[in-house]
Amino acid sequence: MSAITHLQFLESEAIYILRETAAQFQKPALLFSGGKDSIVMAWLARKAFYPSKLPFPLLHVDTGHNFPEAMEYRDWFVQEIGATLTVGLVQKSIDDGRVQEEKGHNASRNKLQTVTLLDTIEEHQYDACLGGGRRDEEKARAKERFFSHRDEFGQWDPKNQRPELWNIFNGRKHFGEHFRVFPLSNWTEMDIWQYIRQENIPLPSLYFSHQRKIIERHGQLLDASTGIIPLLDEEKPKVKEMTIRFRTVGDATCTGAVESTASTIDEIVAEVAAARQTERGTRADDKRSETAMEDRKKEGYF
Amino acid sequence: MDLLVNPTESSLLRFTTAGSVDDGKSTLIGRLLYDSKSIFEDQLLAVEESSKRRGDAHVNLALLTDGLRAEREQGITIDVAYRYFATPKRKFIIADTPGHIQYTRNMVTGASTADLAIILIDARLGVIEQTMRHTYLASLLRIGHIVLAVNKMDLVNFDQAVYDKIVGDFQAFAKGLDNLPQVTPIPMSALNGDNVVDKSDSTPWYTGPSLLQHLETVQVHAETAADEARFAVQWVIRPISDRTDSKLGNLHDYRGFAGRMASGTFRMGDDVLVYPSAMKSKITGIHTYEGPQPETTPQLSYSITVADEIDTSRGGMIVKANEPAQTSQEFDAMICWFADKKTLKPRGRFHLRHTTNDVRAVVTDVLYKVNISTLEKSAENKEFSLNDIGCIRIRTAAPIFFDSYTKNRTTGSFVLVDEQTNNTVAAGMILNSLGDSEDFEDPGSSI
Repeated sequence: MSAITHLQFLESEAIYILRETAAQFQKPALLFSGGKDSIVMAWLARKAFYPSKLPFPLLHVDTGHNFPEAMEYRDWFVQEIGATLTVGLVQKSIDDGRVQEEKGHNASRNKLQTVTLLDTIEEHQYDACLGGGRRDEEKARAKERFFSHRDEFGQWDPKNQRPELWNIFNGRKHFGEHFRVFPLSNWTEMDIWQYIRQENIPLPSLYFSHQRKIIERHGQLLDASTGIIPLLDEEKPKVKEMTIRFRTVGDATCTGAVESTASTIDEIVAEVAAARQTERGTRADDKRSETAMEDRKKEGYF
Repeated sequence: MDLLVNPTESSLLRFTTAGSVDDGKSTLIGRLLYDSKSIFEDQLLAVEESSKRRGDAHVNLALLTDGLRAEREQGITIDVAYRYFATPKRKFIIADTPGHIQYTRNMVTGASTADLAIILIDARLGVIEQTMRHTYLASLLRIGHIVLAVNKMDLVNFDQAVYDKIVGDFQAFAKGLDNLPQVTPIPMSALNGDNVVDKSDSTPWYTGPSLLQHLETVQVHAETAADEARFAVQWVIRPISDRTDSKLGNLHDYRGFAGRMASGTFRMGDDVLVYPSAMKSKITGIHTYEGPQPETTPQLSYSITVADEIDTSRGGMIVKANEPAQTSQEFDAMICWFADKKTLKPRGRFHLRHTTNDVRAVVTDVLYKVNISTLEKSAENKEFSLNDIGCIRIRTAAPIFFDSYTKNRTTGSFVLVDEQTNNTVAAGMILNSLGDSEDFEDPGSSI
């Protein structure tokens, strides 16, 4: 018998984790952003519980700074896989005075999401949130567990994590604590793209090459066509029409584009194979400090 | 080197690395990642900048894996780091475990999912106590393949006599181990790249493969279709719906046992036993999202239906009728103790997590502890502290269905969970059962 392929292994491992999550927790939810990782995770969840429907809702923490294409896709996808959708609005957290909007032209709602996420978790009493984080993404994520324990304040304690051995996952917790679960921990960006190709998974058009008005700021190519990012007066003349695609899709204020003509999955796979920059190299949120991701995660970020 | 773009031809190899602090482990991993183009320019740039800020003489590749603030501040690795790289032949997952004092807990964790272990030796120092500890742990965790990386050969002038002596010393030691792994010694210099990716001109007397050639081709199928079939039930799929599915028909009475094939194969119509009752039944359906399948493949996930209305759910297990699992409430096991603030003693109570089961358990006896430097067993001190390894006897509140760890890594392993903190405090490997006990006896009643 020949060995299974690495994609078969990763798929089966993720399905195992998704089923463990449904079985070990009272009320899980799957964090869905409309980005490729959460799309792949939801796709795997449909497989894991087939022929049943998903035993948990998709949860979108909505910064209000969305690419319209991502929202359109989200609503289509939820219908397509027969899931239910819960939305946590960052705007509501701002209106309720739970958080303060960042000031200045580099303002982002990325960090504010944490409060909205934790509030939504509390409001709905979710005890486990499935996230699409991968260990190859970022150095703090490389130390993350599949089953990642959060205390009653939603905080991550990286120095006191539970060892994970074989395929035994310990989801025991005290009242008020919850877990983040990462079924795609062992996937790389390349694995995600190869799997999307193998499964023929439809994606938001943002991932494919298109023409877009772009402003270059601190070496990043940011969207200047939706009006979500406020432009400085001196930036306005510098807006250029460019041929780009997005390597990650998140909050529009901190998602950078790459110049690319890749308009099919095959072309993207070839581009990713040749890439010399990590995908998070286009994310402004990680560039704020050397341990920006760890600091956000400790507070309860995805 | 071209990165892999065709997934259908590539299998996965999971390996772990072990070595003392200065054996060149980070350099070796850095080289594998760098030469396979798995380090990106922005990562390298960030590491270069950090190294400069810290005043390191060389670019410190350990900063790639040591991602946590405390690790970067103290210059140590706290935790197992997982790293990923690919060549056109294979995908690799490295569990990189630190070499300092907490290494036992971390190495055991990394080794539990590894098919192969690279054990580094400094050619100037030869086989040292640390080498023997690492090898013992690899054999205890039943890693079938060891690469003995005799590193820093450049510092002993690539002298074959030095290398031969180290290999001889190592083999003499390894002979005394219970689960003798297959050992592949390779002379190398990670710093200069000798025999890491390409064969080196400096070792004309060495006829074996380079490290990467070996990793790309070694056959490590731990779970094969020929093994006894084991399928632990994770979840019961019950659509409770009158929908008609295009592949499965009407779903009203659908009741599928969801799980992952730990080992072996089921085919349609196979006679099976379904635990906990060990009732006989027949396989009537092997389903995935892609539709009904004629048989299962080890490690893949399925929803399985059986002929009779049998009472099983999470924690249950399906096996072939002629290959029963062991059923018992009492067994002996090797454990490694993980907690630094608590100890394990006879009469200690825990939650025992085994396959998809969670049962209460009590340690009825500590049979011996192992000194992993000398491999001597001693029952003088019956208290386990952090990183201690030894043999205990356990009684569970309900029977579990298992195999010995030597026979099956999935159904022979468990963890102990602390009742107060809910932390995972021990890793266990089952040695043998103490007879099938039918009587239910609450472990609490005799204390």
